[in-house]
Amino acid sequence: MSTIKMTVNGKSVSAEVEDRTLLVNLLRDTLNLTGTHVGCDTSQCGACIVHIDGKAVKSCTVLVGQANGANITTIEGIARGDELHPMQAAFRDNHGLQCGYCTPGMIMSAIDIVNRHHGDLDEQTVRHELEGNICRCTGYHNIVKSVLDAAGRMKVAQAAE
Amino acid sequence: MYETIYHRPTSLADAAALFAKAGDATYLAGGHTLIPVMKQRLAAPSDVIDLGRIKDLIGIEVTGDALIIKAATTYYDITQSAEAKRAIPAIVHLTTVLGDPAVRYRGTIGGSLANNDPAADYPAAVLALDATITTNTREIKAADFFQGLMSTALQPGEIITAVSFPIPAKAAYSKMRHPASRFALTAVFVAKTKSGEVRVAATGASSSGVMRVPAIEQALTANWSASALDGITVSSDGLMEDIHGSAAYRANLIKVMAQRAVADAG
Ligand SMILES: Cc1cc2nc3c(=O)[nH]c(=O)nc-3n(C[C@H](O)[C@H](O)[C@H](O)COP(=O)(O)OP(=O)(O)OC[C@H]3O[C@@H](n4cnc5c(N)ncnc54)[C@H](O)[C@@H]3O)c2cc1C
Ligand code: FES
Ligand code: FES
Repeated sequence: MSTIKMTVNGKSVSAEVEDRTLLVNLLRDTLNLTGTHVGCDTSQCGACIVHIDGKAVKSCTVLVGQANGANITTIEGIARGDELHPMQAAFRDNHGLQCGYCTPGMIMSAIDIVNRHHGDLDEQTVRHELEGNICRCTGYHNIVKSVLDAAGRMKVAQAAE
Repeated sequence: MYETIYHRPTSLADAAALFAKAGDATYLAGGHTLIPVMKQRLAAPSDVIDLGRIKDLIGIEVTGDALIIKAATTYYDITQSAEAKRAIPAIVHLTTVLGDPAVRYRGTIGGSLANNDPAADYPAAVLALDATITTNTREIKAADFFQGLMSTALQPGEIITAVSFPIPAKAAYSKMRHPASRFALTAVFVAKTKSGEVRVAATGASSSGVMRVPAIEQALTANWSASALDGITVSSDGLMEDIHGSAAYRANLIKVMAQRAVADAG
C-alpha cells in the first residue's frame, strides 16, 4: 500500500491504495470519476485516456505510483461550469458520438491533438493522430468533423483570451 | 495483476541497489509493454523499479559523430528533438510511425530495446546503424545485443543507460504497419555509413527478431538505388508465418520496403 497524492481536475486528492492499482482504477473506483472508461484494458482502444501533466495518455497503462504528484485532468474536468469545453460542444453539434463509450477518450485525445498542432489541422492529420482511439459505432467521419470544428473554435477561444 | 511493490528511485545507483535487494524485481520505464504483460499475469515481479524519473537516463545529445539518446527518453521527446532531426532524421521518422500518440508519450527507447519484440521498430535502426548500447556496467555492440526472439545480452539487473548511433551518410526507414496493432508487419531500415558501408536491417519479418539482409546489402553496395533491387529475391527461410501474412509475403515486403527506404534516403 502507498499513499498517492495528486491533483485531479484542480483538486488535491490523497488515497491509500495498493501499488498494483492502475490510474484508471483510482479515478473510477476510489474517486468515483466514472467518465473515464475502460474499453479494452489492453492499451489498444484509448477509452481510458486522461491528461497527465497535459499529455493524453492511456490511464489503464499507468501505475498509480507513476502518476504520484502529477496533475491529472479527466473528462469531468474540462467544462467550465455549465459551459461545455469547445471540443465537447463540437462533438455534440457534429453528432460525433453514438453510444458514447469511446467519447471521453476521444475528447481528451482530441484536445491534446489540437494543442500540439496549435489548431492547424487537416483531415489526414486528425485521422493519423486518432490512431490510438477506437470507436465501434460512428465510422469516425463525424469524429473527425468534430475535431476539425473544435480546432477552429479553440483557436477563436484562445485568440479571445 | 498480482501484487507488487513500486519504487521510484532518482539515481542509477539507487535503482541497481533496489534491484539487488529485491527478490524478483523488474525495471519499469514507459510501462507500455510491462504493464500489459503484468495485467495478463505473464509477469509477476515482486518489485517494480521505475527508471522514468532518473535524470541521468533522460536526454538527447550530439557529440562528434554520434547521436546519443539516453534510455528513458520517451518517443515523444525524440519526435520533438531538433538535434535528433538534424543528426538522423530517419530515427525521428521511425519514431513518428511507432504506435500511436498516447504510446509515444510513455514508451522509451531503452524499454523497446530491452524488450526486443520481433516486430519492434528501434532494433532495426540500432542494427542498421551499428549503434552501441551503453549499460550501467559496459558497452554492447548492436550485433551482440540482440539474441533472438525477445532476448538480449542484458544480464539480470543490468540497466541500459543510452544508445549511441553513429551519424550515417544516408539512412531511411520504411514500415508496412499492421493496421490494427501498428507494429511492423515488416519494416526495413537502410543505412550507408560515412565510410561507404551499406547496412540493411529488417524487423517484423524473422521469427528470431531483427535481422540483417545480406542480399540487399550487396546489391545496394554495388548500386545505391531502388532499381538495383528489382531482380533480387529475398529468401523466406526463417521468416514469420501467421494470419497476417505468409513467409513469402514478408520476404517480398523486405524487398519492397527496402526499395521505398532507399528512394526516401536519396
Ligand atoms: C498500443 C501499442 C502499440 C505499440 N506499437 C508499437 C510499434 O508500432 N512499434 C514498437 O516498436 N513498439 C510498439 N509498442 C510497444 C512500445 O514501444 C513499448 O513502449 C516498448 O516495447 C517498451 O518500452 P517501455 O518504455 O514502455 O518499457 P516497459 O514496458 O516499461 O519495459 C519493457 C521491458 O524493458 C525493461 N526495461 C525498460 N527500460 C530498461 C532499461 N533502461 N534497462 C534495462 N531494461 C529496461 C523492463 O524491465 C521490461 O522488461 C506498442 C505498444 C502499445 C501498447
Ligand atoms: S482501456 Fe485503456 S486503452 Fe483501452
Ligand atoms: S460512439 Fe460508440 S464506440 Fe464510439
